[in-house]
Amino acid sequence: MFYRENGQFKSSYASDQQMLPILQDRVLMLGLLAFAFLVVPFVISDYVFLSLLIPFLILTVAALGLNLLVGYCGQISLGHAAFMAVGAYAAYNLALRVPQLSFLVVLVLAGLIAAAVGVLFGIPSLRIKGLYLGVATLAAQFFIDWVFARVKWFTNYAHSGSVQTAPLEVFGWTVNSPVEKYLFLLCVLIVFTIVANNLVRGHIGRAWMATRDMDVAAEVIGIRPVYAKLTAFAISSFYVGVAGALWGFVHLGSWEPLAFNLTLSLNLLFMVIIGGLGSLLGSYFGAAFIVVLPIVLNQAPAWLGAPISTAMASHLEFMIFGALIVFFLIVEPHGLARLWAIGKEKMRLWPFPH
Amino acid sequence: MKKNAPVIALCAALLIGLLMPLMTGASPPGFYVEVLLGGLMAGVLYSLVALGFALIFKASGVFNFAQGAMVLFAALAVARLAERMPLWAAIVLAIGIMIVLAWFIERLVLRPLVNQDPIALFMATLGVTFFLDGFGQTVWGSDIYSIELGIAKEPVMVLQSIFQGGILVNKEDFMAALVAAALVGSLALFFQKTPTGRALRAVADDHQAAQSIGIPLNRMWVIVWAVAGIVALVAGVIWGSKLGVQFSLSLVALKALPVVILGGFTSVPGAIIGGLIIGVGEKMAEVFLGPPLVKAFDLAGGGIENWFAYVLALLFLLVRPQGLFGEKHIDRV
Amino acid sequence: MKQTAKYAVLAVSLAVAAAFGSTAALAQAKKTGAQAKEQFFPVLSYRTGAYAPNGIPFANGFVDYLKLVNARDGGIGGVKITWEECETGYATDRGVECYERLKGKGPTGATAFHPLSTGITFALTDKSFVDKIPIITAGYGRADSVDGTVFAWNFPLGGTYWDASDMLIQHIGKKEGGLDKLKGKKIALVYHDSPYGKEPIALLQERVKMHGFELLLLPVTHPGVEQKATWLQIRQQRPDYVLLWGWGVMNSTSIKEAVATGYPREKMYGVWWSGAEPDVTPAGDGAKGYNALTFMAPSGQGAVHKDILKYVYDKGQGTGKKEDIGEVLYNRGMNAALVTIEAVKRAQIKHGKKPLKGEEVRWGLENLALDNAAIKKLGFEGYMSPISTSCADHHGGSVAGIHTWEGKKWIVEKGTTLVADSQIIKPMIRASAEKYAAEKKIVKRDCAKEAG
Repeated sequence: MFYRENGQFKSSYASDQQMLPILQDRVLMLGLLAFAFLVVPFVISDYVFLSLLIPFLILTVAALGLNLLVGYCGQISLGHAAFMAVGAYAAYNLALRVPQLSFLVVLVLAGLIAAAVGVLFGIPSLRIKGLYLGVATLAAQFFIDWVFARVKWFTNYAHSGSVQTAPLEVFGWTVNSPVEKYLFLLCVLIVFTIVANNLVRGHIGRAWMATRDMDVAAEVIGIRPVYAKLTAFAISSFYVGVAGALWGFVHLGSWEPLAFNLTLSLNLLFMVIIGGLGSLLGSYFGAAFIVVLPIVLNQAPAWLGAPISTAMASHLEFMIFGALIVFFLIVEPHGLARLWAIGKEKMRLWPFPH
Repeated sequence: MKKNAPVIALCAALLIGLLMPLMTGASPPGFYVEVLLGGLMAGVLYSLVALGFALIFKASGVFNFAQGAMVLFAALAVARLAERMPLWAAIVLAIGIMIVLAWFIERLVLRPLVNQDPIALFMATLGVTFFLDGFGQTVWGSDIYSIELGIAKEPVMVLQSIFQGGILVNKEDFMAALVAAALVGSLALFFQKTPTGRALRAVADDHQAAQSIGIPLNRMWVIVWAVAGIVALVAGVIWGSKLGVQFSLSLVALKALPVVILGGFTSVPGAIIGGLIIGVGEKMAEVFLGPPLVKAFDLAGGGIENWFAYVLALLFLLVRPQGLFGEKHIDRV
Repeated sequence: MKQTAKYAVLAVSLAVAAAFGSTAALAQAKKTGAQAKEQFFPVLSYRTGAYAPNGIPFANGFVDYLKLVNARDGGIGGVKITWEECETGYATDRGVECYERLKGKGPTGATAFHPLSTGITFALTDKSFVDKIPIITAGYGRADSVDGTVFAWNFPLGGTYWDASDMLIQHIGKKEGGLDKLKGKKIALVYHDSPYGKEPIALLQERVKMHGFELLLLPVTHPGVEQKATWLQIRQQRPDYVLLWGWGVMNSTSIKEAVATGYPREKMYGVWWSGAEPDVTPAGDGAKGYNALTFMAPSGQGAVHKDILKYVYDKGQGTGKKEDIGEVLYNRGMNAALVTIEAVKRAQIKHGKKPLKGEEVRWGLENLALDNAAIKKLGFEGYMSPISTSCADHHGGSVAGIHTWEGKKWIVEKGTTLVADSQIIKPMIRASAEKYAAEKKIVKRDCAKEAG
């Protein structure tokens, strides 16, 4: 009864095209933002910031990017962590070699470089699709990992192959404490979400979705598959590249190529599938789920006071993680976002059944 | 004819690349043969993992990421059971375990997910991988265990009269190749001669048609997963006797992905030949292409075998998307 | 109906997750509330995954020694030791999460961290400047972190990989009859393709320039079970010596491949992390003759092990199996615990017998003076080399020997004591530390001022 759109008429194009057409949604969103900006920084401990919220925010950007490709355009990639690596190393080299650049410029340039590499490895998508394409993108994963481990220039001839970054500075603001990092990442995430939201409801997004649903049919109705698929790869890799740069600069601070290995790629894929393919909100849910779950599972025995060894706890973590993945896929193959949609549907009538 | 031109060109280029070290004299012939044998041996293992993969994909359309974890699980079972009983008993018992495992996977994972997206099924097998990794280590432990087949590990020199310096070979490798060949032979017999095998082939050709003539799909899936489990067991035992069994074994199985791409997802001979090509290709590339590459670009070490297989598979995909022996896929609107 | 049931299940599972979260918050609140007389030791370990065979004995030794000090001495100067293990799986991101989880526990926060992975060390080094918690990397970590003026919180006690590779080259030179005889020789480095394996390369290249031998670099990808091509290359190039820089399952695989390609094990020299029981036993008889560096802790049992058996295992409190006490990595884990505890003892002299903060413990670490008499008193005679540190030198001296696997146990080569040539290493450390300070914009400490 509280969540109904009755009586909210759209009387102008602007109101028809706004991002949150329902008043309650707008209120909710404002409330959420206010909570995230004004309440969270004061009540949360450093541990939660550093281990949960910061990885969550960065990986959400990456999951958004991957969701644009997999969820909206239907092209599977098992190599997105490699594009994160491209973003991270591009940012590292830009910041190192052109120190006068502002970090935001570095971030955008790193994203663009990742986009270019993404398009290059997206070319096979013009010929193959589905899981075949997934395996083809594995080539990107392993090749790019190798390049960063081997070509010394990329790591500035560091003798251990590990690179480190200087503290962040954005317009004279040193992003150093967990709270500052959190606020900075929150701003980035909001911008990227707004852009993604407008992309997917614009003509590009429609072209992607047509390609996803049936590429031959999409071609028949006049969508150029080359254009649709490659833009999806480009934009997706841009997002992921930026996420990679943030992962390196904000979260890790120093990293080695192993930080962007296949496990991360698979985790990203888990995020978009558990969260919900073709749903931006789903990327949020998925990222939260995959970031939080292993940590909760790992600590749960200790919290419950169960006297089991560290080894047993981490074996259990693996087992429960795997089982939960299967469970969620069986119970709700359309992801957590679908649950949310069903919940919203129910809210319209609640508390009266009719 | 014209359509096959790029494929032929690629194969020719590969062949030339393969013979290059020999022709340019970059390698003495004896050593060349050793690398070839080493590659073939690695290839046998890739083939065995890919074989299980192709079987499952053919029969149930599932892209089974858990094949590697199954290899690990089976090998761990054999290694740990063999500490308590004779080897043959351990292997028999491990086969039993793999069949039970297949039944559980079919019941708890595949059946509820029937008719879902292939990617959802793929992710589910990833979930199974995690589960098996944790479960395997809980039950069997995380140390390095060895499987003793009772074959000498010290290499022997052969053919000293033909090649200068002779060729170093391991008896173990030949035994492994023999076992693998025997396995493939018995699988072929199983598929060609037994009623169950025929039913499986029918299922692979067309699920609906098979079901309509009364073949129980669910039971067929259990059988094919069990067969894949047994193939995994053989791969695991061979690997375990060579290098020991440990958790990290499940990661090696990733190499099966480019193999099935190369050979075609649905093809059993494709998996075997693809495995051998990848095995030989990457060892050759590492040994003969790696050092010049490192020198030319001042790299920090070689290691090109990490990506060589995938890039090779990618090239094949571009010229022949269905793989060497795969069936052509036609889309209709 | 079925739908509803499904969502009920989902709702329950989410509620359980939420409950976990809240109990966690409560538990944490409870812990910090009590101001007990306790010193908290974080333990980063890996008991699962590809590196578990080596991670388990180290963690057992570490925890057993903590248990011993509590049971035998009643803690450190009356302050009880508490600890919590966190599984890193040798992965950097999990290691960082563990660090964040444990750094604030106990009444005064974490005493000092042993990351037990070079990758995690690199990541934590940055954080140490903010959190002011020492990072002890006994026998691993960044080679340049010896310089305490830049790396204010890192303690590579007992030796770095630059020390180790220098010692091995010296040893090989001695075998050949002088370092000048190395000219024209071929030495291969088979290394784990991670910061750990890459660390020694810089020093080896320095030595190449001096002696003119040829260095073959052969990286092995994580986890290290695919080495066929690596050893084929060794067979082709026939290096005079092979240096092994592996960890976990990679070590035993290397030895097995050496057997399969007929490379003499007597010519193989492992770093001190490639010379423990789990590295050789899987290779069976093939491992006979394989050599490795050993620093601080060879295998075997001494006075302290008797105490551990008496106070810990006989009371059923042991972490691992009784038979495994005295293995190389077990002893090294014990040593790692020992240096931390000795640092706390030292710091208690200055700051009083109370739970100490990381910053106070650092003072102890910078003023460690363990001579042979002190080591004997602790029961570590023969299992520990003297350490003496200062504000600028976070290293404390590095001495190592060579031990050889005889098929059943490690035999230490008599009369071989190796010390790295500081003339070569010092300038390298300085240059590398300067570079780090510049990249990170770090202000160097003035040790003279702090002492005064």
